[in-house]
Formats: sequence, C-alpha cells, structure tokens
Amino acid sequence: MGNIVTIAQKELRSYFASPAAYVLIGFFAIIYGYFFGTFLYVFNQQSQQFAAVGAGQVPINVNQSLIQPLFMNVSVILLLALPLITMRTYAEEKRSGTMELLLTAPLTDIQIVVGKFLGAMGLIAVMLLVTVPHIGMLFWLGDPEWKPIATTYLGFFLMSGCFVAVGLFISSLTSNQVIAGFVTFAVFLMLWIISWPGSFMGPNGQALFEYLSLPGHFEDFARGVIDTKHLVYFLSVIAFGLFLTVRSVDSERWRG
Amino acid sequence: MIEVQNLTKRYGTFTAVNDVSFRAEKGEILGFLGPNGAGKTTTMRVLTGYMPPTGGTAVVAGYDVLDHPIEAKRRTGYLPETPPLYPDMTIADYLTFCSKIKGVPRSERASRVATVMERTRIADMSRRYCGKLSKGYRQRVGLAQALLHNPEVLILDEPTAGLDPKQIIETRQLIKELGGDHTVILSTHILPEVSQTCHRVVIINKGHVVAVDSPDNLTARLGRSASIYLQVDTMGADAGATLASVAGVSTVTATDGDGPVRAFEVHAEAGQDVRRALAAAVVNKGWGLLELRATRVSLEDVFLHLTMEDPTHQPPAEHVAAASPEVSHG
Repeated sequence: MGNIVTIAQKELRSYFASPAAYVLIGFFAIIYGYFFGTFLYVFNQQSQQFAAVGAGQVPINVNQSLIQPLFMNVSVILLLALPLITMRTYAEEKRSGTMELLLTAPLTDIQIVVGKFLGAMGLIAVMLLVTVPHIGMLFWLGDPEWKPIATTYLGFFLMSGCFVAVGLFISSLTSNQVIAGFVTFAVFLMLWIISWPGSFMGPNGQALFEYLSLPGHFEDFARGVIDTKHLVYFLSVIAFGLFLTVRSVDSERWRG
Repeated sequence: MIEVQNLTKRYGTFTAVNDVSFRAEKGEILGFLGPNGAGKTTTMRVLTGYMPPTGGTAVVAGYDVLDHPIEAKRRTGYLPETPPLYPDMTIADYLTFCSKIKGVPRSERASRVATVMERTRIADMSRRYCGKLSKGYRQRVGLAQALLHNPEVLILDEPTAGLDPKQIIETRQLIKELGGDHTVILSTHILPEVSQTCHRVVIINKGHVVAVDSPDNLTARLGRSASIYLQVDTMGADAGATLASVAGVSTVTATDGDGPVRAFEVHAEAGQDVRRALAAAVVNKGWGLLELRATRVSLEDVFLHLTMEDPTHQPPAEHVAAASPEVSHG
C-alpha cells in the first residue's frame, strides 16, 4: 500500500512539475466557465417563461435543468483532455529509461499500475475542484438538492476512471506519446458514440452497443440515481483496463 | 552470491545470450567484458529482474530472480546503461523517491540519502534538477540510486561511460571500496578498467562466455607466446637468417626498414626467453643492436584474440575450460 501511495504521489507531482497540469486545468476552467454561463442563462430564460405561463407545466428545478445537462456536456471535455493526461504515463517512462528503475525496484507490477492510476485520478480530482465554486454559488442563489449533485460527481469520477484505465493500457503498449494520445482519443470517441447506430443494429445489437456506451451509464448518475448496473459497468471497465495494463507490462518483459 | 547457470535469452529468433554460466562470490568485483552487442546488458537485465530469462537460472543473494523477484530485487542495486532519472525532480527528491520504492525504512531515509550523496560526491548539487545535469553527474546520481538501500549485490552497466578522466578514477576508486562489502558486477568495453578494478573477468562475445579468469592470468596466458621487437643496424647484411638460427626462436618476421637499419619481430618457442641469445648473436656479428624489447601483451590482445575466434565452432564449455587457471599454468 505504501508503495502504491509513493508511485501515486510521484505521478501527481510530475504532472504539477511541468506546465501541463496548469495549462490543462486552466483551459478546463475556461471551457467549464463558458458552459456554466451559457446553461445558467438558458435556465434563467426557462424559469422566467415558466413564471409567466404559470401552473400546468412540469415544474423545473436547478438539478434537472441546469446541473445535469451541464455535467453531460462537461464530460465531453474529458474525452479530449484525458488522453493528454494518460498518454505520457507509460510512454514517457519507457522513452526516458525510468521504466528500468521501476521494474528493478522491489515493486509488483500491480503496485506500479494502481499507483499510476491513482496519480492520474488525483489530477482529475484537482481539475474537478474547479467546478465546486460554481456549484456552491447555486446553493447560495437557489435551492438545489445536494444528493443528485453528489451522485453526479461520483459518476463523473467513475467515468474518468474508465478513461484513465483504458488510457493507461494504451500508453503501456507504446513508447510514442503521439500514438498513445491519439489511439486513446480514438478509443474514447468510439466508446462515446458506439450507441449511435441504435436500431440499425437490431434489438440485441442495440442493447449491447448501448450497454457499452460510456455516457449512457453516466446519465443516470447525473439524474441522481446510483444503479448497481452502472456501478458494475464502471468498476469492471476500470478493473479490466488495469488488468490489461499489468499484463501488457509483463508481456513486454518477456518479449524484451 | 550470484550464480548464473545456462542462462539463455532470446528476442524472437535472435539469441542475445546463449547458455551463459558464471558465479561471483561475496565481496568480489566481477568484470563483464565484451564488445557492443555481446549480451552484457541483457545478462544484467536478467540478473536485476528487469526481464525473465528464456532458459536457465539466475540466483542473486540466494534468491532466484524468477521465483522470488521481490526478495532478489530488495538485495540488488542496479545502474542501467542510461541512468534512470526523472528530469523534473531534484537530486534530493529523486533519491528520496528511490529510497521509498526500494523499501528503505522511513527513519533511515534521510541519512541513507545523505550518505550516498556524500559517497558519490553529489551532495553540493542536491537541489539541482536531474534534467539539467551533465552526463557525469547523471551517471553519479544513477550510482547513488543503486547504493541507496545498501544492497548486497551491485550491478553496474558501464558505470564510467561518459565521465571525464578525473571522474573515471574517482568512480573506479569508489567501486573498489564497495567491493569488500558488496558483490559487484560491472560491464565495460574499456579494458584498463577491468585490469584496474576487477578481481575476475568474464569475457563474453556474441552471447557466449569466451573466458572466465583473473585479469593477470588472462594476460599471462598469451604472455608466453609474446614477441620480441628488434631493431638492428646490419650494415647491409641479411640478419633474418642469423636471428632464426638462434636456439629457441620459432619465427622471424622482417617488419620494416630497407636501409642498413632493419626491424624484426621474433617469436620464441613456448617458455623460452631468447632475449639474451638474440643480443649475443647480433653483437657477435658486429652489428649494432639499436633496440630490443619484449612486446607487451595487454588484456586488449587477449580480448581481441579471444573474441576474434568464432565461438560457434566450439561449444562454449571448452572455452571456459581452456581459460581456467589450471590449464593455463600447466
């Protein structure tokens, strides 16, 4: 456990030792701020209309009409930003030869992989902190429910975990960061749009593809529902990604 | 302390290390000598647990590297060919990180880091970033990292590569000091390094062990067939035949000179010192003996001699047997 924490700390530090983490978080803040402003404006319009028309319509609330669509859109930023975080995790260590240090130290492969995973998750946690003041402001101005917000953050974090686990695996396959970054992005995008063919795939195909699709699983979390089905999906994608990474590091040892 | 038996490592169809066996005792400094691509780095990577062998076994500090990798790694310090540094860490941070992953107890970390920085003479640079260091300092930080957990076994892949002459001397001195307490394996293709620092040498070529012996014995092996260089003012006469007739001389080769001054390379029969007889023969003829010296046999010659032979023609076991001290003295 101590070793995992040591690796995670080292990873997190290396993100913040270069401008990468600051640039990433800075631009995330800009895009997120723009989203937030836009959705707040739209929400404001809607609630004024609602007040003018009066009863008879479904009442709107901050959670459903503002926070949920906001985070669904913010998750698109993940799609673009996370490959940039994960692409260097293994590729960089292989290129600079530090992989030799880690693999000849008394560490297990699992400790290294989990440490790297937690390091990247730490960076994402810091990135998500940027969103907290805006949400806090809503509590000050309005009266949102905190529970759906908590599940949104949980779902967001779990979905990031899936991306990071898959990204780690892809990074472990190559020492070229550009390849690692782009392939990760392509795989993420596929997981994003895999449900688009919909009914073309026949009823079974549609069900399968919708199950594989990442945002579909996040949607319920954003609505305030913790469904074990989605929990199992996210946790198994994370576990599978980390497992593949361990196997990939091990197989590279054998191949030399 | 280190025991390697029939170690083989293949990359696909390419055999980098083929049936290599050797051992190193506690406190011994073993030199690993071979041209580039001989399999030195691969053997070391197997010993450090970086990669598993295709065949054979390697036991380090009593633990098989394949069956008990964590225990073996705990007792091994490794300096790879390129020092594995994180450019965005300072030397002190880097060594602290290494001490953690190498399992140095929390209470000893600070003192261990200070000790190795002192030993490798980098203490004054501890706040510098690893990415901004010169090659010599990178190498020393790499060495410091290998020493951190005070391992029983040290495996150093070309520890003096890229150092300036003063640093090379310092590093060799440090390795010699380490010899007593630690078992050291170092690889190099620089011959003087081996004769100056190592107790024993493993010469490896194309993945085979060509010879295992002490540097002195290896030099002695070829020493007996050493040649003698002669420079004679013959005043126009042909000295070749005269020299060849001296008892104990096997061959005479005229090397250069077409005027009265001629140079010859004389090979003596095994075990014969013909220098006195040669001098007498020249003087008796009334010629001028300008120069007479035994050509020095360096480890370099031994090395070239051994690695020029194609090891695939003979099984490697015979090479090892031929190189053992008993045979060479007999």
